[in-house]
Amino acid sequence: MNTLIIISVLPIVLLYLGLYKATKSLLPVTIIGLLVALGLAIAQWNNVALPIYHGMMMFDNFAIAFSGITIIATILILMLSKGYFDKISKHVAEYYAIILFSLAGIIVMVSFYNLVMLFIGIEIMSVSLYILAGIKKSDFASNEAALKYFLMGAFSTGFLLFGITLLYGTTGSFSLEVIRDWVLAHPHADPMFYTGIVLIIVGLCFKVGAAPFHFWTPDVYEGAPTLITAFMSTVVKTAGFAAFLRLFSACFAPLSDFWVPVLLVITVITLFIGNITALYQQSFKRMLAFSSISHAGYLLFAIVALGSGSANSVFIYATAYSIASIIAFGSLILVQQQSGSDNFESFNGLAKSNPFLAFVLTIAMLSLAGIPLTAGFMGKFFMFSGALAKYHVWLVIIAVVNAIISIFYYFRVIIAMYFRTADRTELVVPAYYKVVFIISALVTILIGVYPDFIARFI
Amino acid sequence: MDSLTNTIHAVPLNHYILLSAIIFSIGVMGVLIRRNAIVIFMSVELMLNAVNLLLTAFSVYRGDASGQVFVFFIMALAAAEVAVGLAIIVMIYRNTNSVDINVLNRLKW
Repeated sequence: MNTLIIISVLPIVLLYLGLYKATKSLLPVTIIGLLVALGLAIAQWNNVALPIYHGMMMFDNFAIAFSGITIIATILILMLSKGYFDKISKHVAEYYAIILFSLAGIIVMVSFYNLVMLFIGIEIMSVSLYILAGIKKSDFASNEAALKYFLMGAFSTGFLLFGITLLYGTTGSFSLEVIRDWVLAHPHADPMFYTGIVLIIVGLCFKVGAAPFHFWTPDVYEGAPTLITAFMSTVVKTAGFAAFLRLFSACFAPLSDFWVPVLLVITVITLFIGNITALYQQSFKRMLAFSSISHAGYLLFAIVALGSGSANSVFIYATAYSIASIIAFGSLILVQQQSGSDNFESFNGLAKSNPFLAFVLTIAMLSLAGIPLTAGFMGKFFMFSGALAKYHVWLVIIAVVNAIISIFYYFRVIIAMYFRTADRTELVVPAYYKVVFIISALVTILIGVYPDFIARFI
Repeated sequence: MDSLTNTIHAVPLNHYILLSAIIFSIGVMGVLIRRNAIVIFMSVELMLNAVNLLLTAFSVYRGDASGQVFVFFIMALAAAEVAVGLAIIVMIYRNTNSVDINVLNRLKW
């Protein structure tokens, strides 16, 4: 549990560094601190997991795996931040500190063992993100993103809390253990409990951006600064699904007859809305926002087909999706800085001027589309085989149709880069960006070619 | 303290559930219908307070203190949310001279 302590203390250290104007040391200190936290988390791997802090949290392998992937993704995103925040304001330390506070909330979210901690984790994460979405204070799009995110986030928290309250009213406890025992003792739970489950589903679907509660996602993702969008669509989404899965597999699994139809409908709507709307987008950033909605649909598969392999398939899918998205957003930041626009046209001719950038972005797009030999394919493979094991044949057919639709819009950017010509000067790719791109591209291909080393992780 | 618990016990639990559900629904309708960012915000607070009321009632009826402790957590985090939310609304007001959410339509399909 030292991971959580380090990630909570680190931002305070950073704020002091900012106070003494040590801006050069901010990024190294952050990355070293996060690596230490990651090491401490991994050191607890396979230890006997017991609830800690009076049954408030449990740092089991599930929590360690998801803490690990969120910390690694945060390190990669923070490396892209080299020089990014300086353009927004002089007070750079605060941005790093807020991102880390949000990460502390995420660690709580993935290791909760009590509904109180679920709520507190989600709130710590969300309140930090409301600020981060609006850090470009004079930019209207950023303002609008912050307000929309804030109002929708607070609204969804209300639903989540009402659901938790109804569960407490029926079972008399917030502890996952007691709730599970109550569910096992009452196979025909009373209506209040069912209402509670539905309200919690509504609240969590808002947070992970699943249709029909997705309407804030594209606006917020488009309006927020690109680096923050990268953080929201990768780390935050992973954490949201980890919390979703932890709650449902720990407590509600025996009642699956009740909530599986609800989630099935949500999954199918999410897939279609995400993919079909993404087809019509002119902006690469907005397309990525809709693609993140459709990926939320694929991730919901693991919860619909809840089983022993669910945690692992969410882990693989979230890893594949996160690293591919980090490449996509990183190249978007570079292209945006040069051309000032995030349309598909601004990628025209990139293959000629920057062959390396075009190549890694191609790998990322192939992975997001789920083409074999990339990590995205393995993620989809595990999701679909999990669903087939539960006889959701129609769901898999719908998902495959959607995967084919998604190829159209992911390939648009590849076509723009390789087959459209434009007069453009070479983009300068900073060394930090190169490191992130190379690591992410390598991991994407490695998971795609040798899925075994990650396949039975949790 | 005893008299307080007795007073709460004087009303049946179902009435608390109904009252909270009604207040919660008023909050939800407020968020969906009103156009002023601050009024929407107040409606969200109404939703949270409905939850607080219900938690307290459940907690008294079960004789279990954890529900009331949770109410304190909700209050503290709601206060944190208010601080951030009002700052965001002030930021919007400085740029647009309005807190009407109809001006928030620059980002569209």
